[in-house]
Formats: sequence, structure tokens, C-alpha cells
Amino acid sequence: MHGARLVTPSMLVAFAIFGTLPFWITEIGLYRYLGVEILIWCIYALGFNLLMGYAGLPSFGHGAYFGIGAYACGLAQFELWANLWFCLAAGVVAAAVFGAVVAAFISHRRGIYFALMTIAFGQMFFFIASKWTSVTNGEDGLLNIARLPVELGFWNYPIRGNADFYWFVFACFVVCVVALWRLVNSPFGKVVQAIKQNEARMAFLGYRVALYKAVAFILSCAVAGFAGALFAMAQGGAFVQVMNLQWSGVIVLMVLIGGGFVSFWGPVLGTVLYFVARDLLGAYTEAWLLWFGLMFMAVVMFKPEGLAGIGQDALRKWRGLPRAPAAGWAWLRR
Amino acid sequence: MNATALFEARGLHMRFGDRVVLENVSLAFPEGQLSGIMGPNGAGKTTCFNVLTGRYRPTRGQVLFRGQDITGLSPHRIARLGVSRSFQLLNLFNDFTAEENVLVALPGLRDHGMNMARDVMADRSLRDRAAAVLDRVGLGAKGGIPARQLPYGDRRALEIGVALAADPAVLFLDEPTSGLGADAIGRLAELVRRLKGEVTIVAIEHDMEFLFGLADTIAVIHWGQVIRHGTPDALRADPWVRNSNLGRLK
Ligand SMILES: Nc1ncnc2c1ncn2[C@@H]1O[C@H](COP(=O)(O)OP(=O)(O)OP(=O)(O)O)[C@@H](O)[C@H]1O
Ligand SMILES: [Mg+2]
Repeated sequence: MHGARLVTPSMLVAFAIFGTLPFWITEIGLYRYLGVEILIWCIYALGFNLLMGYAGLPSFGHGAYFGIGAYACGLAQFELWANLWFCLAAGVVAAAVFGAVVAAFISHRRGIYFALMTIAFGQMFFFIASKWTSVTNGEDGLLNIARLPVELGFWNYPIRGNADFYWFVFACFVVCVVALWRLVNSPFGKVVQAIKQNEARMAFLGYRVALYKAVAFILSCAVAGFAGALFAMAQGGAFVQVMNLQWSGVIVLMVLIGGGFVSFWGPVLGTVLYFVARDLLGAYTEAWLLWFGLMFMAVVMFKPEGLAGIGQDALRKWRGLPRAPAAGWAWLRR
Repeated sequence: MNATALFEARGLHMRFGDRVVLENVSLAFPEGQLSGIMGPNGAGKTTCFNVLTGRYRPTRGQVLFRGQDITGLSPHRIARLGVSRSFQLLNLFNDFTAEENVLVALPGLRDHGMNMARDVMADRSLRDRAAAVLDRVGLGAKGGIPARQLPYGDRRALEIGVALAADPAVLFLDEPTSGLGADAIGRLAELVRRLKGEVTIVAIEHDMEFLFGLADTIAVIHWGQVIRHGTPDALRADPWVRNSNLGRLK
């Protein structure tokens, strides 16, 4: 996981694939909007992995921040200023603020206690969002959230159609990937990775461990809020379902299956697998999630390093290197 | 009490439930010296380090560093004052390479720990400093190897490297020779001898030859109390030390 470049070869591959997706996705029997969904959830998953894969902090209530971002985007649009940048920023800031409040309570915890508290807060926010109908419109959702035009001062570009909106989301994805790659290779990135491996030693080296954990949590909430705001525009509404326990679990599933513990790209692989499985398996059986769940169990039992781990093993074998040692699940045992 | 002591423990008591582990422990570690601590298993030596470096708040007593009361401060606060320690049981960042282990321990990285934009691996001065630390502990050629894949002796050396990278004023070493063979102990003794002039060292050790060859003074802890304190020569002649089964002296 070290690279000293702003843009890496793997990034170019990913950008090439997603950058050409609109031209071939219908050829393979899928549809353009799927590309939008995948990229938004990739952003969400990459931000989530900053917390789980890099900082080793499992959050099982992250859907809350995704949902808060979506509602904030909609409310900002309706109540304050219907400007794309402002509404996206509202999603980011709102999620970060709620994340900061939660972080104040949980950043001194770790392992299973940390996980349980993320569930508790996630459920609390889900409950509030469901019941506070005057703000969130309850089960019906906040409807008619518009895809606002991209305003760059000198140039305005409408993104109402799925094709145009896809390019905007793709641009967001590129920015997030580059920024997060920078982040994980920065001093902050190294520090949180070290905390994941050995929190106690970091304290004895003079680090305020809880502060770093809090910042990692808030950052991943902010990214989730950003993705949520995009999702609200993609769907044309903000709905409470994404905040529930099941959807909070889905993001964990995606990141783990993809191999977030061993690779920066794990979350992307997992997200793609999830959506493709949903559409391909879903065409045959209502119970596709069951099959996906079984796949998840197989990964947990046989290859905890996920798809990325399988890929890395294959690459090592090809190059004649020894297998990498198992890694990454320490937090479950703490 | 020694007036020039850099680090001092005054009347430390430590109790876990109804189990008294430290009883009225007073120790002074003068600047620039190597102070040794020895004693049988379970005597309370590691607990003493834990109290001195902030893991536990003592039930009673005081810890002073440069005359400042640091009793009960959290480990990260104490570390930032220039106090570093190695651990009896290896306490590394196992997924990191040897170099990364040392990098995160450098104050140069810690002071910019919230920087999210700079590329650590492209920071020449930081990496040079890490390389210097690795050289010092004899791991100059092994910086790129993940800690978990290093042989035990190298992991021991890295344990000290991490403590050293923090650029401390006081270095606490908890059984640095633990599990090492004769060759490795010899190399470690050399390293510690070189360090002696530069940093104040406190070392817990079971290897009596190692300790008696390096220490300026030695304290013997038994049942949580300091039962002897003196120069190696004085202790060599001490009947308790001679008759104890702490180790064999030549
Ligand atoms: N957190 C704790 N809670 C309860 N008892 C403890 C705790 N830490 C240490 N002890 C007890 O205190 C006693 C002293 O332990 P300590 O680790 O300080 O010994 P030591 O002198 O370092 O021994 P060794 O040479 O084996 O490392 C032991 O009996 C140990 O069981
Ligand atoms: Mg001990």
C-alpha cells in the first residue's frame, strides 16, 4: 500500500473502465443508470474503507451518514439555495457534524464496543429520520430533489439526463479517488494504519489516538454524506431505507467482499460485484441477496482478504513470489 | 534523593484490587546514566515501568521528570515530553515494514500527523532519518521487510529502533535481551553502550552479565520493593544478590 504518485496505474485502469462505461454498458445487457449507482456507492465504500480497512474501526451504522447527506442535500435545495455545489457541501457538512457528535462518544472505544455504539447511533438516527416527518417526510421520502446544473461561473452544464449525470458523478469519483489515495499515503494515513495495528504503542509514541480515530470517523462520515447527496440527486429523492441496519450492513459487505483490508481498490471491486450480482442474479431469482450472503460467508471463511486478496495472490503466483501472510481481521479479536 | 536526577519515582504504591504490586518504590535516574533494574519474575518491574510511562496511575506516590510532576498523565503526554519505552513482549506494527515502523515513531511525522496531503514516502528527510535509526539498530538493509516477516532477533532490534526513533531524553528498555542468543546480546550490548552517552537509559534485565557490564547503578526489586540499590561492583559483593537465583555472574 505505498505509492508516491498522485495518479497510479491502477487508477488509470479504473478511470479507463468507468470513463468508457457509457459506451459499452448497454452492449452487455445492463443500463446507464447502473453506472451512476455503482460510482456513487464506490465513493461511499472508499470513504467507509478509510475507517474500516485503514483505521480498523468497524462501523455498522454508516448508512445514517449517507442518509443525512441525502436529506441535507434535498433540504438545502428546497429551503436555502438551489445550487449544486452548495447542496453537495450541505450533504458533506451535515454528515460530518453528526459524525463529529458521534465521534465524541465513540472515539475512545475500539473493537466490538466501537461497533456496537455505531449501531446504536445509526439506529437512533434512522428512527429519528423515520419519525420526524415534518423534516424528512417520513416513509414517503423527500421527493423531487433535482439534479442541479453544474455551474462553473463561465460555463453552465445541465446534468438532468442519466448520460450527463453519469459524467458528473464520474468526475466526482475521480476527485475522490485521487484525494483518498493521497490521504492514505499521507502522515495522517500512516498514523491511522498504525493505530489499527497497535493502538497502545501509538499512545506510547505520543499520539492522541482518540483524536485520530475521531477524525478518521468524521472524514468517512463526510464522504458518506457526499455520496448520499449525489444519491439523492440521482434518485430524485432522499429515502429513509438507506439509513437502516440492513443497508448499513450492505456497505460493510461490499467492502469486505472486495477486500478493503488488503487493497485500496477492494471497496470498488466489492461495490461492482454487489450491483452486478443484484442485476444478473436478481434477474433469475428473488433470493439473490441470499446468494450474495452465501458468497460473503464463503469469503469470510476461505479468503478474508476478499476479491483484492485473491487478485493479489494470483499476481504473486504469476511473479513467482511467496503468498502474502493473512492480515486484517485483528479488530474482530480485540 | 539525587538532586540531578532527570527522572524520579517517589514512594510509588500500586495496587490491583487487593494485590499490592509496588510498595513504596523510590528510584532516581540521573541524566546521562544507565540505570539497571533487576529482580525475579513477577517482582513488579514491568508494572513500575507502566506507572512511570503513564499506563497506570499509581495508587500513591509521585513521578517526576525534569522536576515536573507527571504522575497520572496519559502515555501520549508523557511520551511527548521525551520519554520513550520498549516492551518486554514485542509491540510492533506488524503489517508495516521495518521502515514504516520507525517512520511513525519519528517526532517529525508525529508533529504533522494531521497532514493529509503530503506523501510520506516521498519525504526525503523523514525517510533519511528513519534509515539512520534502522542503521543504528542493525536493520539498515531490512527496511523494506514487513515486521511480521522479520526473524525474532531483528524484531527485537526493531522494538528498540521504534523506541529510539522517538528521539527520547529518557529511554526505558524492558528486558531488551529477552529471547536473544549470545551473538545478538553482544550486538545489543554494543548498541546500548553507544547510546549511553546520548540518552538517559533505564533497563530492566534478567541477563546479569549484560546489565552489570553496562549499568552505572542497579536497583533490585523484589515483591514490589526496592531491596538493594548500588553500583554493579557493590551489588556483585552483596550476599543477597550472590545467593539469589537471578542469574549467574562470572
Ligand atoms: N493490570 C494488572 N492487574 C492485576 N495484576 C497485575 C497487573 N499487572 C501486573 N500484575 C501483577 O503484578 C505482578 C508483577 O508483574 P510485573 O509484570 O510487573 O512483573 P515483572 O517484574 O515485570 O516480571 P517479569 O520478570 O516476569 O517480567 C504480577 O504478579 C502480575 O500478575
Ligand atoms: Mg516484566
